Amino acid sequence: MRSRLLLILGQLINGLTQGSIYALIAIGFVIIFGTMNLVTFAHGEVYMIGAFMGYFALSVWHLPWYVALAMGMGVAWILGFFIEKIAFRPLRAAGHMPPLLITIGLSIILKDLAVVFFGAENRPVPSIYGETIKIAGFQLSLLQLLIIGIAGVLIIVLRILIQGTKIGRAMRATAQDHEAAYAMGVNINRVFSISFCLASCLGGAAGVMVGIYYNAVYPVMGDTAGLKGFAACIFGGLTSIPGAILGGMIIGIVENLTVQFIASGYRDIVAFIVLVIVLVIRPQGILGKTIRAV
Amino acid sequence: MTMALYDFIPRRGNMKIWLPVLGALVVFPFFVRNEYILNTAVFAGIYVILASSLNITNGYTGLFSFGHAAFYGIGAYTAAILATRFGFPFLLTLPLAGIVAGICGAAIALPTLRLRGIFLALVTIGFQQITFLVIMNWIGLTRGPMGIPGIPPVSIFGFALKSNFEYYYLILFLDVVVIFLIARIVDSRVGRTFVAIREDELAAQSISINTFRTKVLSFVLATFFAGLAGAFFAHHARFVSADSFRLEETFLILTMLIVGGMGSILGPVIGAVFLVILPEVFRFLAEYRGVVYGLIMIAAILFRPEGIAGVPGIIPTRGILSRPEKLATMEEPVP
Repeated sequence: MRSRLLLILGQLINGLTQGSIYALIAIGFVIIFGTMNLVTFAHGEVYMIGAFMGYFALSVWHLPWYVALAMGMGVAWILGFFIEKIAFRPLRAAGHMPPLLITIGLSIILKDLAVVFFGAENRPVPSIYGETIKIAGFQLSLLQLLIIGIAGVLIIVLRILIQGTKIGRAMRATAQDHEAAYAMGVNINRVFSISFCLASCLGGAAGVMVGIYYNAVYPVMGDTAGLKGFAACIFGGLTSIPGAILGGMIIGIVENLTVQFIASGYRDIVAFIVLVIVLVIRPQGILGKTIRAV
Repeated sequence: MTMALYDFIPRRGNMKIWLPVLGALVVFPFFVRNEYILNTAVFAGIYVILASSLNITNGYTGLFSFGHAAFYGIGAYTAAILATRFGFPFLLTLPLAGIVAGICGAAIALPTLRLRGIFLALVTIGFQQITFLVIMNWIGLTRGPMGIPGIPPVSIFGFALKSNFEYYYLILFLDVVVIFLIARIVDSRVGRTFVAIREDELAAQSISINTFRTKVLSFVLATFFAGLAGAFFAHHARFVSADSFRLEETFLILTMLIVGGMGSILGPVIGAVFLVILPEVFRFLAEYRGVVYGLIMIAAILFRPEGIAGVPGIIPTRGILSRPEKLATMEEPVP
C-alpha cells in the first residue's frame, strides 16, 4: 500500500515536471492569442529550435546549463521576431485562418530544415543534476526540482513584466482593445512583435529543459509538444495564464498516471482527448471568460 | 464568352473543353508505358479525390477541417482489415470504407460543428492525432507500427489488376465519378446552401437553412470520399501503416487545395496534380520537399489566396494592414 502510494507520488512529481514544461508552451499561446487574437501553429517548431540550441550549447560547446538556457531563449526570441513579421503582420486583420495557414507552412519548412541540417535521428543531451534527494523515504531528483523551479521563476518574471512595466501595460491595453490602445498612442505593431518574441522565448526555454530532462532532441519533437501546449491553454480559454498553467499541470499529471495505470502508448492521447472534450463542452475554457470573437 | 476558371464545371455546354482533356488522359498510358510515371499518375489520382473532397468542407462550406488524412486512413484501414481478415473484394471494401469514414466523420461532426472557425480546426487536428495514436496502439485491430501487409490487389469480376497501367484506368474512372458527383452536389440546392453558409451563416439561417444539419452533411460527404480514396490506396499499395496518415499528410492535402484554389471543381484537381508532379520534376530538391511545399503554401496565401483556379475571397485578405487603423475588421459573428 505504502509503496503504491509512493509510486503514485512519484508519478505526480513526474507529471508536475512535464506539466511545468507544457505550461510554459501554453503560456506562449495565451500571450499570442491574448494580445493578437490569433493562433500560431509554428510554436512547436520554435520550441524544437530552442531545444537544438540547448543541445549545441550543452553537448557540443560544453557550456553550463544556464548559458544553454539563455541561448535557447535568445534563438527562440529571434525566430519569433521573424515569424511574427512573415506570418502575422501582413494578414493580421484578415481573421484567424490566413495567419494560421502561414504558420502551418512555416512549421513544415522549419521541420524540414531541421531534418536536413541536424539529421532526423535523436541527438543526445548530457544529463545534469542526476542526484536524488530523499525526503521521508521518497526519491526526488534534483533535475526535476530545477525544471519546476526554472518554470516558476520564468512565470514570476513574466508576471512582473506584464503587471509592472511600461511595455506590460501596453500589452494589456492592446489585449483589451487594439484600436483604443492605438488611439492612446501605443505602438501596437511593437507590442505585437514583443509579445510574440516573449511567447517564443518561453517556448525556447521549454525546449532546452525538455532536452535536458529526456536527454534527447530531434526535429519532430515540436509536433506533439506544440499541440499539447495548445491543449493546455484551451483550459484557460486561450486567454488566461493561470488557466494555461493549470491545464499544463493537469495534462502532465494525467499523462503520467496513464503510463502507470493504462499503457505508455496511450500517453500522448491524453492531451488530445482533453483538447476535444474541453472544446466540445466548454469552448471558452474552464477558467476562461467568454471570448469576444472566435 | 469568357469564363473564369473557378466557374468551370463539366457540363453538356462546355463539352468542347473537358472531353478532349479526358480523351488525352485516356490515351496517355499508351504513350508512356513507364511503370514509375504511371505510379506517379495513380498517386495524383488519389490526391485528386482527397483534395476535391476536402474542398467540400473547406472550400464550399467554409468549415476549416484539418483532419482529412485521418479519414483517409480510416478508409484505408477499413478496407485493409476487411480484405485481409474476411476476404472482402474491392467492390465491397470500397463503399464500406467510405461508409465507415463517413460514420466517423458524423461522429466528430455532430458534437463539434457547433463550434466556429478556429475551434473546429483545432478539434479536427486533435482528432487527427487521436486517430494516428489509436492506429499505432490498437495492436489487436491494426497491428500497430507493423502495419497490415498482404492486402489483395483489386479484382473486379474475376479480372485482377496487376500493373499500374490498369490501376491508372481504375483511378481515372473513380476520379471522374467522384468529380462528377461533387460537381452535381455543389450545383444542386444542397451545394448552394453550403455556399450560403460560407458566405454568411447568419443570413443563411435567416432564410431558414438548417445550418447545423447542412454543415454535418458537408462534413460527412467529405469524409466519405476520403474513405473511398483510402480503400483504393490500400488495395493499390497492398500495405497500410499509420505513417501514411500523419498530420503532414493532412497538411499536404490542404496545401494542394489552397494552391489549386478552393471553392471550385477545377482548383483541387489542378493543385493535387501540380503538387504530386512537382517533386518528381525537381528531384534534386528531394531533401527540401517540405521547404518547397511550405514556401508554395505561404506564397499562395500572401500573393494569390484564391490559388490557381479558386473562388476569390474564401481565404480572407481584406484589411491587409499597411495602416493599423484598419484593425476594426477583426470581429466575427458568434453563432
